[in-house]
Amino acid sequence: MRNKKIWSFLLFFGLILMLFLAACSSENENSEGNGEDGNTEGNSESSGEPKVLIFGRGGDSVNLDPITVTDGESFKVTQNVFETLVNFGEQDTTINPGLAKEWTVSEDGLTYTFMLEEGVKFHDGTDFNAEAVVANFERWSAGTADKYYYYKSMFGGFGDEEGHVIESVTADDEFTVTFKLKRPQAPFLKNIAMSPFGIASPTAFEAAGDSFGDNPVGTGPFKFVEWKRNDSITIEKFEDYWQEGLPKLDRVVFRAIPDNSARLNALLTGEIDLADGVNPSDSSSIEGDAALQLFERPSMNVGYLGLTNTRPPFDNKLVRQAMNHAIDKQAIVDAFFEGRAEVAVNPMPPSISGYNDQIEGYDYNPEKAKELLAEAGLADGFEMELWAMPVPRPYMPDGMKVAEVMQKNLADVGITAEIVSFEWATYLEKARNGEADAFMLGWTGDNGDADNFLYVLLDGDNIGSNNYSYYDSEELHELLIAAQSEVDEAKRNELYMQAQEIIHEDAPWVPLAHSTPLLAGKAELTGFLPHPTGSDKLHNVDFE
Amino acid sequence: MVNYIGRRLLQLIPVLLGMTFVVFMIIRAIPGDPAQVILGQLASKEAVEALRAKLGLDNPWYIQYFEYLGGLFQGNLGESLRTAQPVAEEVWPYLAATFELAFFAILIAVIIGVNAGIISAWFQNSWFDYTAMVLALVGVSMPIFWLGLMEQWIFAIELGWLPTSGREDVRNPISAQTGFYILDTILQGRFDQLGTVLKHLILPGIALATIPMAIIARMTRSSMLEVMRSDYIRTARAKGQKMFWVVYKHALKNAVIPVLTVIGLQMGLLLGGAILTETIFSWPGIGRYVYEAIQFRDYPVIQSGILIIAFIFVMINLIVDILYGLIDPRIKYD
Repeated sequence: MRNKKIWSFLLFFGLILMLFLAACSSENENSEGNGEDGNTEGNSESSGEPKVLIFGRGGDSVNLDPITVTDGESFKVTQNVFETLVNFGEQDTTINPGLAKEWTVSEDGLTYTFMLEEGVKFHDGTDFNAEAVVANFERWSAGTADKYYYYKSMFGGFGDEEGHVIESVTADDEFTVTFKLKRPQAPFLKNIAMSPFGIASPTAFEAAGDSFGDNPVGTGPFKFVEWKRNDSITIEKFEDYWQEGLPKLDRVVFRAIPDNSARLNALLTGEIDLADGVNPSDSSSIEGDAALQLFERPSMNVGYLGLTNTRPPFDNKLVRQAMNHAIDKQAIVDAFFEGRAEVAVNPMPPSISGYNDQIEGYDYNPEKAKELLAEAGLADGFEMELWAMPVPRPYMPDGMKVAEVMQKNLADVGITAEIVSFEWATYLEKARNGEADAFMLGWTGDNGDADNFLYVLLDGDNIGSNNYSYYDSEELHELLIAAQSEVDEAKRNELYMQAQEIIHEDAPWVPLAHSTPLLAGKAELTGFLPHPTGSDKLHNVDFE
Repeated sequence: MVNYIGRRLLQLIPVLLGMTFVVFMIIRAIPGDPAQVILGQLASKEAVEALRAKLGLDNPWYIQYFEYLGGLFQGNLGESLRTAQPVAEEVWPYLAATFELAFFAILIAVIIGVNAGIISAWFQNSWFDYTAMVLALVGVSMPIFWLGLMEQWIFAIELGWLPTSGREDVRNPISAQTGFYILDTILQGRFDQLGTVLKHLILPGIALATIPMAIIARMTRSSMLEVMRSDYIRTARAKGQKMFWVVYKHALKNAVIPVLTVIGLQMGLLLGGAILTETIFSWPGIGRYVYEAIQFRDYPVIQSGILIIAFIFVMINLIVDILYGLIDPRIKYD
């Protein structure tokens, strides 16, 4: 009796094993065949073959209703499903027509009138028109900060709230929309060009409510097909897309591959066509591979060592300046960014309008640093904690190693730094609470506006949120607030230049680098232009 | 027997209750505020406060705990703070992915591990024994991250036999019905993709199987060695039975009990502890799901995710205990 059981058990295992081996061997033949024509599996687009792009990236999206999220991985997808009224440039943050073909701004900067494209349809067949735009803004302005975070952050609030910049959005006729503002907002056009403000189909979001993100419907070149969480998101060509001949691809699959090396491996075997988040150290091997090409994402970030300005001895400006002189930024850029970054002088990258290129950075000068320390009464140095970032980010590929270099630099001027690190969420919270002496951190811009760097990162208003260094200068605050509503571009830039001088003098941080994030793709990929915001439009991408 | 199972299931309740409490307290003891994480770096203090109130995070911990428990008894596992989806709905695809991989890995581990252990014991001190045990030692101490990347390099990049990552060929996707892709391909009659799905299982399966395989091999060997010295084995051999049958039929039956215990424990560990394997091979499993939830301080997901893993762990051990009785008639449950 018992024997029978064992035998049937073994038989069962045997069967499974056979099935498995049979399946493997038949598959092997196939893959060998593919291997010979150089890993071009899947995009041999002779005649009817659909053109599929597999885009490998570090993480999954959180939600595909763009207004509800803040993470770049969500925008990477929604950027291709939705469109905004105005677009950023292909590789910069200049303003170009989008769903609005043209617009006018009143003298006082309070009224924006947009003329919309005609004949545009949403993926569900709904017509795109002025009413649809109004419906979207009504939906957003009726929200709360935890639901529509970016709306609050860019337009200051909701509904009747004091801070809410938008007074009204009205449809003048079928294809004309007018925005009235309560006060001028200089970066208004840049704000509405951001991915979160993609125009969604009113029919679809009214029907779906909070679950709109499960089945997003926009006007973009691709429509949503399927989402396998933590695995893949598939979008496919929208046949009725309003721009002739676009998109060129039939399907795009976004695959989440968390490990950078594993993602590069997947690119090497041809399982994916494009890989985001390439380690700078892998760049030369990719450039040496004829089957691959390297893409550089234009830099719109800053990596820095923040000094908590309220903690002694960093409450002393001289000490902060000494720190700036003590750290060899060029050596860090050369060693850990493989030269794919420039040394930061100001808190924002040079590509941003209003950048002050008159300012000379603090040079690497240990002697000068020692002098400043002596002047501050710390000739014998001091002890401090140096917080190293526990996670790699485009602006900081290897926090721990960079921290070791800085530790050595500081030791050279007599400062004893102990490196500490925490798990990421803990790290951010403790740094935000001002518990760090000096901490590594960075920022990637949302809309390419100076306000999005200087005000967000260094204004006293943002202590407790994004001003981790607790730097609080009344003089700077006045300049930044004035710049927010200054509509004259030249005057506004002048204000930001002054602001950067103040920041440079006060030295709340040690700015380290503006890095160039890297991507890698197959050599036959064309038309891919990485965008500095990290949300790439894929409508022009094609295979040769 | 039924009585016994009933009693064991009843014992589950205090175990799981205790577990919810410990997990609840631990994740609240670590710093990091979910409201802040959800709202991102730019959030204002008021927005964070408002969200904390909305999520009930401003209540004292015991109120939060009893609310959570109350939900659990109604079968409500809570809602993810990050994705705003009910955990009970969200968790299934991850569980299915993990199950599929874990079963495959344990299959490899058992088939190879048990046989290697038996043969090592049979031919004790032979070259096979030495090699197998050295390999087992290496296996137990193998860094999975390194092993995974090496596997990818050799079998995917150099030899081109197997895919590096994922569960399916995304150019020919499988529509997830049960979430077990092997089953799905069969149910949907997509036999062309069955091989692909199996191929995707091999590398992560081996990586995940390495440590359990080594542990099982060592346990089987030592257990077999003990049994092989007993009198009834000598009797069986004296009767002239073939050595193969002596080993695989008579000896194994008595040696298998401790091995089974190890297999049960390892199986449980594979379910929750596959984070590294899931990360390198981008396998959308429950380990990564809970791990990412920890990074985002997604309390409901962490709590319910760990609860589910613990539940399965306990269930597997219950099954192992029941199997003892089936295999060894001397063990009786009343």
